[in-house]
Amino acid sequence: MTEAAIAASSGAAQRWRAQDVVERALAAGTRLHGCAVLVRETSEAVLRWANSTMTTNGHTTSGRVTVIAFVAVDGGVAAGVASSSAAVTAVAQLEELVAAAEATARDAGPAEDALPLPEPTGDDPGWAEAGAETSIGVFGPLAAGLAEVLAGPQRQYGFASHELTTTWLGTSTGLRRRWVQPTGSIELNAKTPDLSGSAWTGASTADFTDVDVIGLAAEAARRLEWGRRKLTLAPGRYETVLPPSAVADLMIYLAWSMDGRPAHEGRSALAGPDGPRTGERLTDLPLTMACDPAAPGLEYEPFLTASRSGEGISVFDNGAPTRRVEWVKDGVIGELAYSRAEAAEFGTAFTPAGDNLLLTGGSTASTAEMVAGTGRGLLLTCLWYIRAVDPATLLLTGLTRDGVYLVEGGEVVGEVDHNFRFNHSPLDVLRRAPEVGATERTLPREWKDWFTRTAMPPIRVPDLNMSSVSLGR
Amino acid sequence: MAPVADPADRIDPQFRALPLAALADAALGRARELGASHADLRVERIVNQSIDLRDGRVTGIGDSTTVGLAVRVVVDGVWGFASHVELTPRRAAATAARAVEVARTLAPVAVERVERADEPVHVDAVWVSDYDVDPLLVPTREKVELLVERSQRLLASDGVDHVHAGVAQVRECKFYADMAGTSTVQQRVRVAPAITATAVDRAAGGFESMASLAPPVGRGWEYLTGEGWDWDAELREIPELLAEKAKAPSVAAGPYDLVIDPTNLWLTIHESIGHATEYDRAIGYEAAYAGTSFATPDQLGTLRYGSEHMHVTGDRTVPHGLSTIGYDDDGVATTEWDLVRDGVLVGYQLDRTFAPRLGLERSNGCAFADSPHHVPLQRMANVSLRPDPARDTGTDELIAGVERGIYVVGDKSWSIDMQRYNFQFTGQRFFRIEGGRLAGQLRDVAYQATTTDFWGAMDAVGGPSTWRLGGAMNCGKAQPGQEAPVSHGCPAARFRGISVLNTQEEGQ
Repeated sequence: MTEAAIAASSGAAQRWRAQDVVERALAAGTRLHGCAVLVRETSEAVLRWANSTMTTNGHTTSGRVTVIAFVAVDGGVAAGVASSSAAVTAVAQLEELVAAAEATARDAGPAEDALPLPEPTGDDPGWAEAGAETSIGVFGPLAAGLAEVLAGPQRQYGFASHELTTTWLGTSTGLRRRWVQPTGSIELNAKTPDLSGSAWTGASTADFTDVDVIGLAAEAARRLEWGRRKLTLAPGRYETVLPPSAVADLMIYLAWSMDGRPAHEGRSALAGPDGPRTGERLTDLPLTMACDPAAPGLEYEPFLTASRSGEGISVFDNGAPTRRVEWVKDGVIGELAYSRAEAAEFGTAFTPAGDNLLLTGGSTASTAEMVAGTGRGLLLTCLWYIRAVDPATLLLTGLTRDGVYLVEGGEVVGEVDHNFRFNHSPLDVLRRAPEVGATERTLPREWKDWFTRTAMPPIRVPDLNMSSVSLGR
Repeated sequence: MAPVADPADRIDPQFRALPLAALADAALGRARELGASHADLRVERIVNQSIDLRDGRVTGIGDSTTVGLAVRVVVDGVWGFASHVELTPRRAAATAARAVEVARTLAPVAVERVERADEPVHVDAVWVSDYDVDPLLVPTREKVELLVERSQRLLASDGVDHVHAGVAQVRECKFYADMAGTSTVQQRVRVAPAITATAVDRAAGGFESMASLAPPVGRGWEYLTGEGWDWDAELREIPELLAEKAKAPSVAAGPYDLVIDPTNLWLTIHESIGHATEYDRAIGYEAAYAGTSFATPDQLGTLRYGSEHMHVTGDRTVPHGLSTIGYDDDGVATTEWDLVRDGVLVGYQLDRTFAPRLGLERSNGCAFADSPHHVPLQRMANVSLRPDPARDTGTDELIAGVERGIYVVGDKSWSIDMQRYNFQFTGQRFFRIEGGRLAGQLRDVAYQATTTDFWGAMDAVGGPSTWRLGGAMNCGKAQPGQEAPVSHGCPAARFRGISVLNTQEEGQ
């Protein structure tokens, strides 16, 4: 049934419950070798402000039904994926989706990653519940503080977002799982009235009850105060204290580069002459970089969902349990990402990438304490526009943003009146770090739209390569 | 292409059959009842398919359809926005009410009041992009077979160890109606093919890759079968170029004269001119995220952006451009205009909210939202560098004018600061120039510059025969993040004394 027919029949037609969508789609696919149905509903509220006034704000409701058809074909089993964001009000819509996914599977031919779908391991007590919804009211606890900040002397720019995504996954093996993923963040960018100074603070949150907007604004104001004295520095290698947000952005890129297959095939920075460089020591510091679906406050789906196959992920793994994965363990390269089929191919364990990233094993030192222990060096605020320059070494380039401060004798003595372009590998950040501080929840400035849940320490880099000066601020 | 009597006949029948007028009546009527001074409704249906192969075998095929409606209102000078997936008049009216509620909720903290430029009313306008074969109507098996054959052709070549191939295809249908009486129905199609060969050197512990230079374009499936790109010729040369690159000497860092091919220069234009001339960035609306611009409005008409050879236009009209469309998401008829003339900043990209702030009576049509669930913003037009209008200078002639330099071909890695000043780019192929002639490839090359220095160092542009359209499907901006397709046309051009880095040395 087309969207037009649905619309024409409106009034009587009611949008189906997600659980009914899953069951009816699976019923429509009983002729198939197997089937997985993924329903996601997202409720999102956003506030955005610039020049101390609100700009684009809104509340959106969206959803998507994804059908993954597994079809027996000559030579094996094929997979095809079809999805639609249309509200489901008739079984004909689901029959169309199943048919489209089946046709795509037949055109794709036998899949290299074909395996039996995971079996259920028990009932999901939340399965029957409705989708979670947020509203513009979620920012209520923020309103008074934000109004006070916007009325203050600095020019304020920023964004606050709250998203609740409910996922229902059902498969032809009888597996039924539901998960509600909260994702929230706030960013404050404060500038001096003449725009000569700029500072940034941010936080990630599940529900905004723990966000201290006045405190965040005060931290930004403190940094603007540091900017009263301006300095100019030449490009070069500098001892640098990377705050947790900057560390998060670098480590996320490293985590995205941990796929196993490229390391086996020699086309990755994690590839050695005889295969993957797992077991290679990066640092004598006991650092562990992991994803963990049970990390308190940073939880993500305890079961895997995949709407496409690729390196490290497979649609045949839908419903498989996620787990803690230690990409780096006690300073040594640990696990790489493998789908179940890749794990079988390469003789290793199924290793699903996760939706949070934790770097632990440092000292109890805060960023401020590491600054206090700096003879002469730089303190950054965050990094921006990070891109890979050389995938063979994971050399990344990018820029400092919203505050580079010179530290002398353990104190910030002024703000560098420009930004730097750096060229540095996150592998070398870990290899060369003489000091790593205490892990805290942080918001990655650059990657937060894709990766919001991180806990990172500050890291001292002895020789960050500031390749050139950027006049931009 | 066979002549089409009525462009409306090409519109996706499933979209055309929607009760668009009824949805508009419900949404706009409800917004008016609730006191909105402006309201617009968008209804969209976006169909995507992506096909990916690794080493000649399909790794994934995904088909997706995105539908929904969005209502944007102005109430007492404050924006409100809401969207929904249900395309029913009842839901359209409820969504309008929700948008009004958002505007009223935010009114106490909104300091500025929205004013919008006037626009003639466009009644029942229909526009369809320029393509021959809708890629979403081509059998998937046919598309897979084509990609498999091309992958196998590369894999059969000496020195090619791995091949990644794929193609993304989009059909975007959009209905817009506003309280002033404008209503438009539009459809555009775009494709993004990609194929990359990789050579692995186990002994040396390294690898090297080479990608096709074919840009994404606003064309149909005919682009994959030879219209607008010579695939056979490129696939023939990739293995040899890859083998040469893998053995090429590492560049000596330092200043070089560069001749930059359009396949690389489009991206430098995108980052250093396209984003820098977005008016919303220039006045701080993106300050907390995408960034601002060094090219601020107080310098309009005076900022020396580059050399006298630099003439840059914005347009949403060039055939096969990814940003090309008939009417923008403000209901504005699209056009072409100057951004940089004779090296001086003379214009910005605007929507109806920003045009009056620049003292202009009319927007130049840059409003765009990437989905029915996102609010329209000022997004990038096709920003293009004009070729030499007086002489059809060839790339060979530009190279002949270089004693010691590098010819840069194809895009790869890019990064630029938040004011669009300091940038660093790599590429697919770097050819050493010695005494005005090409002298083999180099590797480990990146070029780095400040925007105005770089464009000021452009001492020659190629003629019309060197002009090519490049582009990207996924230009990012805004919070929540939105992706926009955009093209950039340019000739080959020559730049004097640009800083070149050795990326191996940078990483040591």
